[in-house]
Amino acid sequence: MAKVLVVTSGKGGVGKTTSSAALGAALAHGGDKVVVIDFDVGLRNLDLVMGAERRVVFDLINVVQGDAKLNQALIRDKRLENLSLLPASQTRDKDALTEEGVARVLDELRQKFDWIICDSPAGIERGATMAMRHADVAVVVTNPEVSSVRDSDRIIGLLDSKTERAEKGERIEKHLLLTRYDPARAERGEMLKVEDVLEILSIPLIGIIPESEEVLRASNVGSPVTLNNPASAPGRAYFDAVRRLKGEAVELTVPTDKKGLFGKLFGRRAA
Amino acid sequence: MALVLAPEVPLRDWLEDLDAVSERSPGFFTGRPIIADVSSLKPSKSELKFLLAAFKMRNIRIIGLEGAAPENVDADMPPQINGGKPTGEIDVPDAANAAVAATAAPFGDAPVPEKSLLIEGSVRSGQSILHPEGDVTVLGSVASGSEIVAGGSIHVYGSLRGRAIAGCTGNGRARIFCRKFEAELIAIDGLYKTADDLGGKFLGQPVQVNLDGDSIILKTMD
Repeated sequence: MAKVLVVTSGKGGVGKTTSSAALGAALAHGGDKVVVIDFDVGLRNLDLVMGAERRVVFDLINVVQGDAKLNQALIRDKRLENLSLLPASQTRDKDALTEEGVARVLDELRQKFDWIICDSPAGIERGATMAMRHADVAVVVTNPEVSSVRDSDRIIGLLDSKTERAEKGERIEKHLLLTRYDPARAERGEMLKVEDVLEILSIPLIGIIPESEEVLRASNVGSPVTLNNPASAPGRAYFDAVRRLKGEAVELTVPTDKKGLFGKLFGRRAA
Repeated sequence: MALVLAPEVPLRDWLEDLDAVSERSPGFFTGRPIIADVSSLKPSKSELKFLLAAFKMRNIRIIGLEGAAPENVDADMPPQINGGKPTGEIDVPDAANAAVAATAAPFGDAPVPEKSLLIEGSVRSGQSILHPEGDVTVLGSVASGSEIVAGGSIHVYGSLRGRAIAGCTGNGRARIFCRKFEAELIAIDGLYKTADDLGGKFLGQPVQVNLDGDSIILKTMD
């Protein structure tokens, strides 16, 4: 039974595209057939993060409007053969996404894949509502800061009212993914604490991804962080998140500032 | 053939749509003979003056007026034209298709529309230049994530980093020229190659692309 998973946030720049690619690659790594769809029509980035920008011929809009077949537009990852990408168009805008077209494409993808990951654009307008419309599961990506939490709260409200499942009176599975978590700043009280975020949003937490240079390095070389460096802190955190997504009970620990007393004493360079 | 623009009320919104078309495909109106059909607008003399000034500001050349009351047309305004026959829509990239319809209008010695489109600046990511009538020349660069679709050849004097689709109306003789080749995709008459197919051999080189039977041939220009 294929699952449609939307990665959404409301706010921009919190790490939706990075997370879509990382979760997709981690799921595919576990043997599932995965497709990642870029719904950010007009500002496509997912192909860059997945290192497929030099292979894009047809895109989601071409398929939605019937100018190309799904198989022509799907790009198979060179590193993981059961991971595919359906890129967005850069030269069109979100109005080109039609309700029926998107539904048709998703139905066709459900036949072929175990997981369909929809990378939502920022905002709460057409693009974002299109991305979440047919979702069975939602991963709400949030940074531990007030504006991101408020926007996530708004998106959770939309997930409970504007999706197909909500309209049929069913529940949509929602998970919180806390990204760009900086333990040092959290300890200094410069960031919201994990429990504060959970208290406001009150949805289950599937992972805390630490702020890391590894993530930026991975997107610059066009490889999801879970493929590029699976052993790195963010890589491991995404793998754990995927296990929780599939229903495993994995213990979750909040990353802490690793500098002990020794580090504090010798962490600064002599002036 | 001339293009007819039929302004509608509210004029402000209509002009915004028009600007959206120009922005989406720069040069769409350049050098085209345009007839303004004001029959639905029924402008007063001052409104007509304002409208013509608005066109002038946008470098849209009005060669005739249709449907204006004769008493409102000054000597310095374009001549009255009647009896044009519609020939169906012209394909304008998205938006404001409604604002522009092509019609054949008999016009005496009006200049023939230019067959080539010159873009003096660069083409930015997300822009799509559609010019099925002939060649497209870009003096700047063509950014990654933008595309040029031409009925004829494509000439890029800067870097070609986006998509170049030449001979889109079935012209196999069309070519693509650029001073620095970093294209995402090149196509001539429906045959295409992506950056991935082409490898790194021509990267950063001055290149010309042409069709030889059913294969795309790249050559460096030295």
